[in-house]
Amino acid sequence: MSALSNYKTKAMRRIHFIKTTGAATAFTAVSGIGMLSAFQPKPYSKKLTILHTNDVHSHIDPFPANDSKYANLGGVSRRYSYIQNVVSENPNTLILDAGDAFQGTPYFNFYGGELEYKLMSKMGYHASNIGNHEFDNGIDNIAAQLEHADFDLLNANYNLKNTSLDGLVKPHQLYEVDGLKVGVFALGIQLEGLVSKDLYKETEYLNPVDIAQEQTKILKEELNCDLVICLSHLGYSYRSDKIDDLKLAAQTKNIDLIIGGHTHTFLEKPSVVENLEGKKVLVNQVGWAGINVGRIDFYFDENGASENKSLMIEV
Amino acid sequence: MKKISILFLVFSLWACSENPKTLSKIDAQQIQISDSIAKNKELEDFIAPYRERITEEMEGVLAYTPEAMYKSDAKFNTPIGNMMADAVMEMANPIFENRTGNKIDAVILNYGGIRSGINAGDISTRTAYNIMPFENEVAVAAFSSEELRALINYLAKNKTAHPIAGLQVILNADGDLHEAKVNGEQIQNKTYYVATSDYLIKGGDRMDFFLNAEKVETLDYKLRNLFIDYFKKKDTIAPVRDERFIQLQN
Repeated sequence: MSALSNYKTKAMRRIHFIKTTGAATAFTAVSGIGMLSAFQPKPYSKKLTILHTNDVHSHIDPFPANDSKYANLGGVSRRYSYIQNVVSENPNTLILDAGDAFQGTPYFNFYGGELEYKLMSKMGYHASNIGNHEFDNGIDNIAAQLEHADFDLLNANYNLKNTSLDGLVKPHQLYEVDGLKVGVFALGIQLEGLVSKDLYKETEYLNPVDIAQEQTKILKEELNCDLVICLSHLGYSYRSDKIDDLKLAAQTKNIDLIIGGHTHTFLEKPSVVENLEGKKVLVNQVGWAGINVGRIDFYFDENGASENKSLMIEV
Repeated sequence: MKKISILFLVFSLWACSENPKTLSKIDAQQIQISDSIAKNKELEDFIAPYRERITEEMEGVLAYTPEAMYKSDAKFNTPIGNMMADAVMEMANPIFENRTGNKIDAVILNYGGIRSGINAGDISTRTAYNIMPFENEVAVAAFSSEELRALINYLAKNKTAHPIAGLQVILNADGDLHEAKVNGEQIQNKTYYVATSDYLIKGGDRMDFFLNAEKVETLDYKLRNLFIDYFKKKDTIAPVRDERFIQLQN
Protein backbone atom coordinates (compact mmCIF):
# COMPACT_ATOMS: atom_id res chain seq x y z
CA MET A 1 0.00 0.00 0.00
CA SER A 2 2.92 2.33 0.52
CA ALA A 3 3.75 1.97 -3.15
CA LEU A 4 0.20 2.98 -3.97
CA SER A 5 0.28 6.14 -1.91
CA ASN A 6 3.42 6.94 -3.82
CA TYR A 7 1.40 6.97 -7.04
CA LYS A 8 -1.07 9.29 -5.47
CA THR A 9 1.49 11.93 -4.77
CA LYS A 10 3.63 11.51 -7.84
CA ALA A 11 1.74 10.05 -10.71
CA MET A 12 -1.89 10.93 -10.27
CA ARG A 13 -3.45 13.92 -11.89
CA ARG A 14 -6.84 14.43 -10.45
CA ILE A 15 -9.26 17.23 -11.09
CA HIS A 16 -12.45 17.39 -9.13
CA PHE A 17 -15.72 18.88 -10.03
CA ILE A 18 -19.24 17.78 -9.50
CA LYS A 19 -22.00 17.63 -12.06
CA THR A 20 -25.56 16.84 -11.23
CA THR A 21 -28.20 15.29 -13.40
CA GLY A 22 -30.97 16.62 -11.18
CA ALA A 23 -31.49 20.31 -11.91
CA ALA A 24 -32.86 20.94 -8.43
CA THR A 25 -29.55 20.54 -6.66
CA ALA A 26 -27.11 23.17 -7.79
CA PHE A 27 -23.58 22.55 -6.61
CA THR A 28 -21.18 25.25 -7.57
CA ALA A 29 -17.43 24.92 -7.62
CA VAL A 30 -16.40 22.17 -5.28
CA SER A 31 -12.89 20.90 -5.07
CA GLY A 32 -10.92 18.63 -2.83
CA ILE A 33 -11.74 15.29 -1.32
CA GLY A 34 -12.61 16.79 2.04
CA MET A 35 -15.60 18.68 0.76
CA LEU A 36 -16.84 15.75 -1.24
CA SER A 37 -17.02 13.59 1.82
CA ALA A 38 -19.66 15.96 3.14
CA PHE A 39 -21.98 14.62 0.45
CA GLN A 40 -21.33 11.00 1.36
CA PRO A 41 -23.31 10.38 4.49
CA LYS A 42 -23.42 6.63 3.81
CA PRO A 43 -21.03 4.29 2.06
CA TYR A 44 -21.91 3.15 -1.45
CA SER A 45 -22.97 -0.45 -1.56
CA LYS A 46 -21.04 -1.38 -4.68
CA LYS A 47 -17.94 -0.08 -6.38
CA LEU A 48 -16.83 -1.06 -9.87
CA THR A 49 -13.42 0.04 -11.12
CA ILE A 50 -12.62 0.34 -14.82
CA LEU A 51 -8.99 0.53 -15.93
CA HIS A 52 -8.40 1.34 -19.55
CA THR A 53 -5.77 1.87 -22.22
CA ASN A 54 -5.84 2.65 -25.94
CA ASP A 55 -3.37 2.71 -28.84
CA VAL A 56 -0.60 1.03 -26.88
CA HIS A 57 1.02 0.25 -30.26
CA SER A 58 3.38 -2.49 -29.12
CA HIS A 59 5.04 -0.21 -26.55
CA ILE A 60 6.04 -3.04 -24.28
CA ASP A 61 9.10 -1.21 -22.95
CA PRO A 62 9.08 2.34 -21.54
CA PHE A 63 10.26 5.16 -23.82
CA PRO A 64 14.06 5.49 -23.63
CA ALA A 65 15.67 7.93 -21.21
CA ASN A 66 16.77 10.19 -24.09
CA ASP A 67 13.27 10.53 -25.54
CA SER A 68 12.55 14.23 -25.97
CA LYS A 69 8.83 13.89 -25.18
CA TYR A 70 8.09 10.80 -23.11
CA ALA A 71 11.39 9.83 -21.43
CA ASN A 72 10.98 6.74 -19.18
CA LEU A 73 7.19 6.75 -19.48
CA GLY A 74 5.02 3.72 -20.13
CA GLY A 75 6.07 0.07 -20.17
CA VAL A 76 4.03 -3.03 -19.61
CA SER A 77 5.63 -4.24 -16.39
CA ARG A 78 5.04 -0.97 -14.54
CA ARG A 79 1.50 -0.87 -15.87
CA TYR A 80 1.02 -4.36 -14.47
CA SER A 81 2.30 -3.25 -11.03
CA TYR A 82 -0.27 -0.47 -11.04
CA ILE A 83 -3.04 -2.85 -12.17
CA GLN A 84 -2.13 -5.31 -9.41
CA ASN A 85 -2.37 -2.57 -6.81
CA VAL A 86 -5.78 -1.47 -8.02
CA VAL A 87 -7.10 -5.02 -8.21
CA SER A 88 -5.87 -5.80 -4.70
CA GLU A 89 -7.65 -2.67 -3.49
CA ASN A 90 -10.85 -3.47 -5.43
CA PRO A 91 -11.19 -6.97 -6.91
CA ASN A 92 -14.28 -5.71 -8.77
CA THR A 93 -12.16 -4.27 -11.54
CA LEU A 94 -12.54 -4.60 -15.30
CA ILE A 95 -9.52 -3.97 -17.53
CA LEU A 96 -10.31 -2.80 -21.04
CA ASP A 97 -8.47 -1.64 -24.15
CA ALA A 98 -9.84 0.36 -27.08
CA GLY A 99 -7.68 -1.12 -29.86
CA ASP A 100 -4.42 -0.63 -31.75
CA ALA A 101 -2.51 -2.86 -29.39
CA PHE A 102 -0.46 -3.84 -32.47
CA GLN A 103 2.21 -2.01 -34.49
CA GLY A 104 4.74 0.62 -33.53
CA THR A 105 7.83 -1.13 -32.17
CA PRO A 106 9.95 -4.03 -33.44
CA TYR A 107 8.08 -6.33 -31.02
CA PHE A 108 5.27 -6.33 -33.57
CA ASN A 109 7.55 -6.71 -36.61
CA PHE A 110 9.31 -9.66 -35.01
CA TYR A 111 6.46 -11.47 -33.28
CA GLY A 112 3.31 -10.30 -35.11
CA GLY A 113 1.28 -9.37 -32.01
CA GLU A 114 1.92 -12.57 -30.05
CA LEU A 115 3.72 -10.79 -27.21
CA GLU A 116 1.18 -7.96 -27.03
CA TYR A 117 -1.72 -10.41 -26.60
CA LYS A 118 0.22 -12.67 -24.21
CA LEU A 119 1.08 -9.72 -21.97
CA MET A 120 -2.46 -8.33 -22.02
CA SER A 121 -3.64 -11.79 -20.97
CA LYS A 122 -1.10 -11.94 -18.13
CA MET A 123 -2.14 -8.48 -16.95
CA GLY A 124 -5.73 -9.67 -16.71
CA TYR A 125 -7.34 -7.66 -19.48
CA HIS A 126 -10.98 -8.59 -19.94
CA ALA A 127 -11.64 -7.16 -23.40
CA SER A 128 -10.07 -5.31 -26.29
CA ASN A 129 -11.26 -3.80 -29.54
CA ILE A 130 -10.13 -4.20 -33.16
CA GLY A 131 -8.23 -1.05 -34.11
CA ASN A 132 -7.22 -0.35 -37.70
CA HIS A 133 -3.62 -1.38 -36.96
CA GLU A 134 -4.73 -4.79 -35.78
CA PHE A 135 -5.09 -5.44 -39.54
CA ASP A 136 -1.47 -4.50 -40.36
CA ASN A 137 -0.32 -8.09 -40.91
CA GLY A 138 -3.68 -9.02 -42.39
CA ILE A 139 -6.97 -10.13 -40.86
CA ASP A 140 -5.79 -13.75 -40.81
CA ASN A 141 -2.98 -12.69 -38.46
CA ILE A 142 -5.54 -11.34 -35.98
CA ALA A 143 -7.24 -14.71 -36.05
CA ALA A 144 -3.88 -16.44 -35.51
CA GLN A 145 -2.85 -14.17 -32.61
CA LEU A 146 -6.17 -14.72 -30.80
CA GLU A 147 -4.71 -18.07 -29.79
CA HIS A 148 -2.56 -16.04 -27.34
CA ALA A 149 -5.45 -13.98 -25.97
CA ASP A 150 -7.27 -14.89 -22.76
CA PHE A 151 -9.47 -11.82 -23.15
CA ASP A 152 -12.42 -11.10 -25.43
CA LEU A 153 -11.77 -9.35 -28.72
CA LEU A 154 -14.95 -7.39 -29.39
CA ASN A 155 -16.43 -5.60 -32.38
CA ALA A 156 -20.04 -4.94 -33.29
CA ASN A 157 -19.86 -2.91 -36.51
CA TYR A 158 -17.62 -5.03 -38.69
CA ASN A 159 -19.48 -7.77 -40.50
CA LEU A 160 -16.86 -10.52 -40.33
CA LYS A 161 -19.01 -13.30 -41.73
CA ASN A 162 -16.82 -13.94 -44.78
CA THR A 163 -13.50 -13.59 -42.96
CA SER A 164 -11.26 -15.74 -40.79
CA LEU A 165 -12.49 -13.82 -37.71
CA ASP A 166 -16.02 -15.14 -38.12
CA GLY A 167 -17.02 -16.72 -34.80
CA LEU A 168 -13.86 -15.47 -33.02
CA VAL A 169 -15.03 -11.92 -32.35
CA LYS A 170 -18.18 -11.11 -30.38
CA PRO A 171 -20.19 -7.89 -30.76
CA HIS A 172 -20.51 -7.56 -26.98
CA GLN A 173 -19.73 -9.33 -23.75
CA LEU A 174 -21.54 -9.28 -20.44
CA TYR A 175 -19.37 -9.19 -17.30
CA GLU A 176 -20.94 -9.99 -13.93
CA VAL A 177 -18.96 -8.12 -11.30
CA ASP A 178 -20.09 -8.28 -7.67
CA GLY A 179 -23.71 -8.71 -8.77
CA LEU A 180 -23.45 -5.88 -11.27
CA LYS A 181 -24.08 -6.58 -14.92
CA VAL A 182 -21.64 -4.68 -17.09
CA GLY A 183 -22.23 -4.79 -20.83
CA VAL A 184 -19.28 -3.98 -23.07
CA PHE A 185 -19.54 -3.59 -26.84
CA ALA A 186 -17.00 -2.28 -29.33
CA LEU A 187 -16.95 -0.14 -32.47
CA GLY A 188 -14.28 0.11 -35.17
CA ILE A 189 -13.38 2.81 -37.65
CA GLN A 190 -14.15 2.80 -41.37
CA LEU A 191 -11.35 0.80 -42.98
CA GLU A 192 -11.65 1.90 -46.60
CA GLY A 193 -8.98 4.51 -47.36
CA LEU A 194 -7.23 3.70 -44.09
CA VAL A 195 -6.30 0.02 -44.39
CA SER A 196 -5.49 -1.77 -47.63
CA LYS A 197 -8.32 -4.00 -48.82
CA ASP A 198 -5.97 -6.97 -49.15
CA LEU A 199 -5.45 -6.74 -45.38
CA TYR A 200 -9.07 -6.39 -44.20
CA LYS A 201 -10.41 -8.55 -47.04
CA GLU A 202 -14.19 -9.11 -46.82
CA THR A 203 -14.70 -7.14 -43.60
CA GLU A 204 -17.80 -5.01 -44.06
CA TYR A 205 -18.04 -1.72 -42.14
CA LEU A 206 -21.46 -0.92 -40.70
CA ASN A 207 -22.75 2.44 -39.43
CA PRO A 208 -21.50 2.83 -35.83
CA VAL A 209 -24.49 4.88 -34.64
CA ASP A 210 -27.04 2.34 -35.90
CA ILE A 211 -25.03 -0.51 -34.43
CA ALA A 212 -24.60 1.32 -31.11
CA GLN A 213 -28.38 1.75 -30.86
CA GLU A 214 -28.86 -1.93 -31.61
CA GLN A 215 -26.23 -3.03 -29.08
CA THR A 216 -27.42 -0.75 -26.27
CA LYS A 217 -30.99 -1.93 -26.81
CA ILE A 218 -29.83 -5.50 -26.27
CA LEU A 219 -27.55 -4.67 -23.35
CA LYS A 220 -29.78 -2.23 -21.49
CA GLU A 221 -33.30 -3.34 -22.34
CA GLU A 222 -32.99 -7.08 -22.94
CA LEU A 223 -30.07 -8.01 -20.70
CA ASN A 224 -30.79 -5.34 -18.04
CA CYS A 225 -27.19 -4.20 -17.71
CA ASP A 226 -26.41 -1.88 -14.82
CA LEU A 227 -23.70 -0.22 -16.87
CA VAL A 228 -22.99 -0.09 -20.61
CA ILE A 229 -19.48 0.62 -21.88
CA CYS A 230 -18.50 1.22 -25.50
CA LEU A 231 -14.93 0.52 -26.59
CA SER A 232 -14.49 2.80 -29.57
CA HIS A 233 -11.76 3.10 -32.15
CA LEU A 234 -13.60 5.86 -34.03
CA GLY A 235 -11.48 8.76 -32.73
CA TYR A 236 -12.23 11.46 -30.16
CA SER A 237 -13.35 14.39 -32.32
CA TYR A 238 -13.27 15.54 -35.95
CA ARG A 239 -14.26 18.95 -37.29
CA SER A 240 -15.87 17.27 -40.30
CA ASP A 241 -19.09 15.28 -40.05
CA LYS A 242 -17.08 12.06 -39.74
CA ILE A 243 -18.39 10.08 -36.78
CA ASP A 244 -16.36 10.40 -33.58
CA ASP A 245 -16.79 9.61 -29.90
CA LEU A 246 -18.35 12.96 -29.00
CA LYS A 247 -20.90 12.67 -31.83
CA LEU A 248 -21.55 9.04 -30.97
CA ALA A 249 -22.26 9.96 -27.35
CA ALA A 250 -24.68 12.71 -28.38
CA GLN A 251 -26.50 10.64 -31.02
CA THR A 252 -27.19 7.55 -28.92
CA LYS A 253 -28.70 6.56 -25.60
CA ASN A 254 -27.98 4.07 -22.84
CA ILE A 255 -24.19 4.31 -23.07
CA ASP A 256 -22.59 5.24 -19.74
CA LEU A 257 -18.96 5.35 -20.79
CA ILE A 258 -17.13 5.53 -24.12
CA ILE A 259 -13.50 4.45 -23.92
CA GLY A 260 -11.99 5.84 -27.09
CA GLY A 261 -8.85 5.52 -29.16
CA HIS A 262 -7.37 6.05 -32.62
CA THR A 263 -6.69 9.80 -32.36
CA HIS A 264 -4.08 9.34 -29.58
CA THR A 265 -5.86 12.11 -27.67
CA PHE A 266 -4.52 13.23 -24.31
CA LEU A 267 -7.41 14.67 -22.30
CA GLU A 268 -7.07 16.77 -19.18
CA LYS A 269 -10.15 14.98 -17.91
CA PRO A 270 -12.90 12.84 -19.42
CA SER A 271 -15.48 14.75 -21.46
CA VAL A 272 -19.07 14.72 -20.29
CA VAL A 273 -21.58 14.71 -23.17
CA GLU A 274 -25.38 14.77 -23.07
CA ASN A 275 -26.94 11.89 -24.96
CA LEU A 276 -30.23 11.74 -26.89
CA GLU A 277 -32.16 11.57 -23.64
CA GLY A 278 -30.23 14.37 -21.95
CA LYS A 279 -28.30 11.90 -19.78
CA LYS A 280 -24.58 12.26 -19.14
CA VAL A 281 -22.10 10.09 -21.04
CA LEU A 282 -18.46 9.99 -20.05
CA VAL A 283 -16.00 9.99 -23.00
CA ASN A 284 -12.39 9.24 -22.22
CA GLN A 285 -9.10 8.52 -23.97
CA VAL A 286 -5.62 8.38 -22.42
CA GLY A 287 -3.17 9.31 -25.19
CA TRP A 288 -1.23 6.34 -26.53
CA ALA A 289 1.75 3.99 -26.05
CA GLY A 290 0.75 2.98 -22.52
CA ILE A 291 1.95 6.31 -21.15
CA ASN A 292 -1.24 6.56 -19.08
CA VAL A 293 -3.89 4.29 -17.67
CA GLY A 294 -7.40 5.62 -17.25
CA ARG A 295 -9.21 4.74 -14.06
CA ILE A 296 -12.92 5.25 -13.56
CA ASP A 297 -14.71 4.19 -10.38
CA PHE A 298 -18.46 3.69 -10.52
CA TYR A 299 -20.30 3.73 -7.19
CA PHE A 300 -23.75 2.17 -6.96
CA ASP A 301 -26.48 2.36 -4.34
CA GLU A 302 -28.56 -0.73 -3.89
CA ASN A 303 -31.53 0.80 -2.14
CA GLY A 304 -33.60 1.64 -5.18
CA ALA A 305 -33.07 5.32 -4.66
CA SER A 306 -35.49 7.57 -6.46
CA GLU A 307 -34.81 8.36 -10.08
CA ASN A 308 -34.23 12.07 -9.77
CA LYS A 309 -31.35 11.51 -7.38
CA SER A 310 -28.34 13.44 -8.55
CA LEU A 311 -25.32 11.69 -10.04
CA MET A 312 -21.96 12.95 -8.91
CA ILE A 313 -19.22 12.86 -11.49
CA GLU A 314 -15.71 13.61 -10.32
CA VAL A 315 -13.29 13.87 -13.17
CA MET B 1 -56.44 -1.05 -3.77
CA LYS B 2 -55.21 -4.58 -3.25
CA LYS B 3 -55.30 -5.28 -6.97
CA ILE B 4 -53.26 -2.23 -7.77
CA SER B 5 -50.53 -2.99 -5.28
CA ILE B 6 -50.12 -6.53 -6.62
CA LEU B 7 -49.91 -5.18 -10.12
CA PHE B 8 -47.27 -2.73 -9.04
CA LEU B 9 -45.24 -5.39 -7.32
CA VAL B 10 -45.25 -7.63 -10.38
CA PHE B 11 -44.28 -4.75 -12.58
CA SER B 12 -41.35 -3.73 -10.43
CA LEU B 13 -40.09 -7.30 -10.22
CA TRP B 14 -40.23 -7.63 -13.97
CA ALA B 15 -38.45 -4.37 -14.61
CA CYS B 16 -35.68 -4.93 -12.10
CA SER B 17 -35.11 -8.62 -11.80
CA GLU B 18 -32.67 -8.25 -8.91
CA ASN B 19 -32.04 -5.55 -6.36
CA PRO B 20 -32.28 -2.18 -8.02
CA LYS B 21 -28.85 -0.57 -8.35
CA THR B 22 -28.54 3.13 -8.87
CA LEU B 23 -25.38 4.67 -10.21
CA SER B 24 -24.72 7.47 -7.80
CA LYS B 25 -21.11 8.55 -8.18
CA ILE B 26 -18.38 8.39 -10.82
CA ASP B 27 -14.79 9.16 -10.02
CA ALA B 28 -12.31 9.46 -12.92
CA GLN B 29 -8.59 9.88 -12.86
CA GLN B 30 -5.59 9.35 -15.11
CA ILE B 31 -2.47 7.62 -13.89
CA GLN B 32 0.81 8.27 -15.61
CA ILE B 33 2.97 5.17 -15.86
CA SER B 34 6.28 6.66 -14.76
CA ASP B 35 9.44 5.27 -13.20
CA SER B 36 7.99 5.97 -9.75
CA ILE B 37 6.09 2.71 -10.22
CA ALA B 38 8.07 -0.47 -9.63
CA LYS B 39 8.53 -2.94 -12.47
CA ASN B 40 6.83 -6.30 -12.14
CA LYS B 41 9.53 -8.96 -12.06
CA GLU B 42 7.42 -11.81 -13.43
CA LEU B 43 6.53 -9.80 -16.51
CA GLU B 44 10.08 -8.52 -16.95
CA ASP B 45 11.39 -12.09 -16.91
CA PHE B 46 8.75 -13.11 -19.42
CA ILE B 47 9.62 -10.26 -21.81
CA ALA B 48 13.42 -10.63 -21.48
CA PRO B 49 14.08 -13.29 -24.16
CA TYR B 50 11.84 -11.50 -26.67
CA ARG B 51 13.61 -8.23 -25.91
CA GLU B 52 17.13 -9.66 -26.15
CA ARG B 53 16.60 -11.04 -29.63
CA ILE B 54 15.33 -7.68 -30.86
CA THR B 55 18.01 -5.64 -29.09
CA GLU B 56 20.77 -7.55 -30.88
CA GLU B 57 19.46 -6.35 -34.22
CA MET B 58 18.39 -2.87 -33.22
CA GLU B 59 21.24 -1.21 -31.42
CA GLY B 60 24.02 -0.86 -33.99
CA VAL B 61 24.71 2.82 -34.65
CA LEU B 62 24.15 3.77 -38.31
CA ALA B 63 24.38 7.58 -38.28
CA TYR B 64 24.10 10.61 -36.04
CA THR B 65 21.70 13.53 -35.84
CA PRO B 66 22.56 16.73 -33.95
CA GLU B 67 18.92 17.66 -33.44
CA ALA B 68 15.65 15.95 -32.55
CA MET B 69 13.00 16.11 -35.27
CA TYR B 70 9.26 15.61 -35.27
CA LYS B 71 6.63 15.67 -37.96
CA SER B 72 4.89 18.43 -35.99
CA ASP B 73 7.97 20.71 -36.16
CA ALA B 74 6.55 23.03 -38.85
CA LYS B 75 3.70 23.58 -41.29
CA PHE B 76 3.77 22.39 -44.93
CA ASN B 77 7.24 20.81 -44.80
CA THR B 78 9.42 19.51 -42.00
CA PRO B 79 13.02 18.36 -41.61
CA ILE B 80 11.99 14.77 -40.84
CA GLY B 81 9.53 14.60 -43.73
CA ASN B 82 12.02 16.14 -46.16
CA MET B 83 14.66 13.64 -45.04
CA MET B 84 12.30 10.72 -45.66
CA ALA B 85 11.17 11.88 -49.10
CA ASP B 86 14.73 12.77 -50.13
CA ALA B 87 15.91 9.35 -48.95
CA VAL B 88 13.33 7.66 -51.18
CA MET B 89 14.43 9.78 -54.14
CA GLU B 90 18.12 9.07 -53.54
CA MET B 91 17.87 5.36 -52.78
CA ALA B 92 15.00 4.24 -55.02
CA ASN B 93 15.83 6.17 -58.18
CA PRO B 94 18.95 4.17 -59.16
CA ILE B 95 16.99 0.92 -58.77
CA PHE B 96 14.04 2.23 -60.76
CA GLU B 97 16.26 3.71 -63.48
CA ASN B 98 18.25 0.53 -63.77
CA ARG B 99 15.09 -1.51 -64.10
CA THR B 100 13.01 0.70 -66.42
CA GLY B 101 15.30 3.32 -67.99
CA ASN B 102 13.08 6.05 -66.53
CA LYS B 103 13.79 8.46 -63.70
CA ILE B 104 11.66 9.16 -60.65
CA ASP B 105 10.31 12.69 -61.01
CA ALA B 106 8.74 13.10 -57.60
CA VAL B 107 8.16 11.41 -54.26
CA ILE B 108 5.15 11.63 -51.98
CA LEU B 109 4.71 9.83 -48.66
CA ASN B 110 2.05 10.52 -46.07
CA TYR B 111 2.26 12.58 -42.90
CA GLY B 112 0.35 9.93 -40.93
CA GLY B 113 2.96 7.38 -41.99
CA ILE B 114 5.73 9.12 -40.04
CA ARG B 115 5.18 7.06 -36.94
CA SER B 116 7.59 8.72 -34.53
CA GLY B 117 10.12 11.48 -34.16
CA ILE B 118 13.89 11.00 -34.15
CA ASN B 119 15.76 11.88 -30.96
CA ALA B 120 19.01 13.84 -31.06
CA GLY B 121 22.06 11.58 -30.98
CA ASP B 122 22.75 8.20 -32.49
CA ILE B 123 20.55 6.82 -35.24
CA SER B 124 20.21 3.05 -35.18
CA THR B 125 18.21 0.34 -36.89
CA ARG B 126 15.64 0.95 -34.16
CA THR B 127 15.21 4.52 -35.44
CA ALA B 128 14.13 3.15 -38.80
CA TYR B 129 11.66 0.80 -37.09
CA ASN B 130 10.29 3.71 -35.06
CA ILE B 131 9.67 6.04 -37.97
CA MET B 132 8.58 3.26 -40.34
CA PRO B 133 7.25 0.23 -38.48
CA PHE B 134 5.06 -0.86 -41.40
CA GLU B 135 6.10 -3.44 -43.97
CA ASN B 136 5.22 -1.24 -46.94
CA GLU B 137 7.38 -1.21 -50.05
CA VAL B 138 8.40 1.47 -52.47
CA ALA B 139 6.15 1.64 -55.54
CA VAL B 140 6.47 3.96 -58.52
CA ALA B 141 3.35 5.09 -60.36
CA ALA B 142 3.42 6.26 -63.98
CA PHE B 143 1.15 9.29 -64.16
CA SER B 144 -0.35 11.59 -66.71
CA SER B 145 0.12 15.31 -66.08
CA GLU B 146 -3.56 15.36 -65.14
CA GLU B 147 -2.99 12.98 -62.23
CA LEU B 148 0.10 14.93 -61.18
CA ARG B 149 -2.09 18.04 -61.01
CA ALA B 150 -4.57 16.08 -58.91
CA LEU B 151 -1.70 15.20 -56.55
CA ILE B 152 -0.69 18.85 -56.30
CA ASN B 153 -4.29 19.90 -55.70
CA TYR B 154 -4.52 17.27 -52.97
CA LEU B 155 -1.51 18.86 -51.24
CA ALA B 156 -2.89 22.37 -51.71
CA LYS B 157 -6.27 21.39 -50.34
CA ASN B 158 -5.05 19.37 -47.34
CA LYS B 159 -2.23 21.75 -46.35
CA THR B 160 -0.58 18.89 -44.48
CA ALA B 161 3.18 18.36 -44.33
CA HIS B 162 3.13 15.12 -46.33
CA PRO B 163 6.77 14.32 -47.17
CA ILE B 164 7.50 15.31 -50.79
CA ALA B 165 10.57 15.52 -53.01
CA GLY B 166 11.09 16.71 -56.59
CA LEU B 167 8.05 18.97 -56.30
CA GLN B 168 7.62 22.57 -55.37
CA VAL B 169 4.16 23.68 -54.30
CA ILE B 170 3.50 27.33 -53.43
CA LEU B 171 0.20 28.54 -52.01
CA ASN B 172 -0.89 32.16 -52.05
CA ALA B 173 -1.82 34.04 -48.89
CA ASP B 174 -5.43 32.86 -49.25
CA GLY B 175 -4.25 29.25 -49.24
CA ASP B 176 -4.97 28.59 -52.91
CA LEU B 177 -2.44 27.11 -55.33
CA HIS B 178 -0.09 29.80 -56.62
CA GLU B 179 2.53 27.78 -58.44
CA ALA B 180 3.64 24.18 -58.82
CA LYS B 181 6.82 22.85 -60.37
CA VAL B 182 8.42 19.46 -60.93
CA ASN B 183 12.21 19.44 -60.85
CA GLY B 184 12.10 23.23 -61.23
CA GLU B 185 9.96 23.09 -64.38
CA GLN B 186 6.32 23.81 -65.14
CA ILE B 187 4.12 20.74 -65.53
CA GLN B 188 4.21 19.44 -69.10
CA ASN B 189 2.05 17.10 -71.05
CA LYS B 190 4.03 13.91 -70.49
CA THR B 191 4.28 10.85 -68.27
CA TYR B 192 5.56 11.44 -64.75
CA TYR B 193 7.01 8.82 -62.42
CA VAL B 194 6.03 9.30 -58.79
CA ALA B 195 7.53 7.14 -56.06
CA THR B 196 5.46 6.39 -52.98
CA SER B 197 4.52 3.54 -50.68
CA ASP B 198 2.36 0.64 -51.83
CA TYR B 199 -0.05 1.65 -49.03
CA LEU B 200 -0.81 4.94 -50.78
CA ILE B 201 -0.89 3.29 -54.22
CA LYS B 202 -3.86 1.25 -53.01
CA GLY B 203 -5.82 4.35 -52.06
CA GLY B 204 -4.54 4.89 -48.50
CA ASP B 205 -5.09 8.38 -47.06
CA ARG B 206 -7.53 9.06 -49.90
CA MET B 207 -4.74 9.73 -52.40
CA ASP B 208 -7.16 8.60 -55.07
CA PHE B 209 -5.03 9.91 -57.95
CA PHE B 210 -2.87 6.81 -57.50
CA LEU B 211 -5.85 4.65 -58.38
CA ASN B 212 -5.69 6.22 -61.88
CA ALA B 213 -1.99 5.45 -62.42
CA GLU B 214 -1.19 4.18 -65.92
CA LYS B 215 1.25 1.66 -64.52
CA VAL B 216 2.68 0.76 -61.11
CA GLU B 217 6.15 -0.69 -60.61
CA THR B 218 6.77 -2.22 -57.17
CA LEU B 219 10.46 -2.20 -56.30
CA ASP B 220 10.45 -5.04 -53.73
CA TYR B 221 12.23 -2.60 -51.43
CA LYS B 222 10.71 -2.03 -48.01
CA LEU B 223 10.66 1.62 -46.98
CA ARG B 224 12.16 0.68 -43.61
CA ASN B 225 15.10 -1.06 -45.29
CA LEU B 226 15.49 1.93 -47.57
CA PHE B 227 15.83 4.22 -44.53
CA ILE B 228 18.30 1.80 -42.91
CA ASP B 229 20.39 1.84 -46.10
CA TYR B 230 20.16 5.63 -46.27
CA PHE B 231 21.32 5.99 -42.65
CA LYS B 232 24.23 3.61 -43.33
CA LYS B 233 25.25 5.73 -46.31
CA LYS B 234 25.31 8.99 -44.31
CA ASP B 235 27.47 9.94 -41.32
CA THR B 236 25.26 12.77 -40.16
CA ILE B 237 21.57 13.31 -40.78
CA ALA B 238 20.76 17.02 -40.52
CA PRO B 239 17.77 17.81 -42.72
CA VAL B 240 16.21 21.27 -42.78
CA ARG B 241 12.86 22.82 -43.53
CA ASP B 242 13.01 24.40 -46.99
CA GLU B 243 10.85 25.99 -49.70
CA ARG B 244 9.40 22.85 -51.30
CA PHE B 245 5.91 23.41 -49.89
CA ILE B 246 5.13 26.86 -48.55
CA GLN B 247 2.44 29.49 -48.27
CA LEU B 248 3.21 33.08 -49.32
CA GLN B 249 2.45 35.81 -46.84
CA ASN B 250 0.66 39.01 -47.79
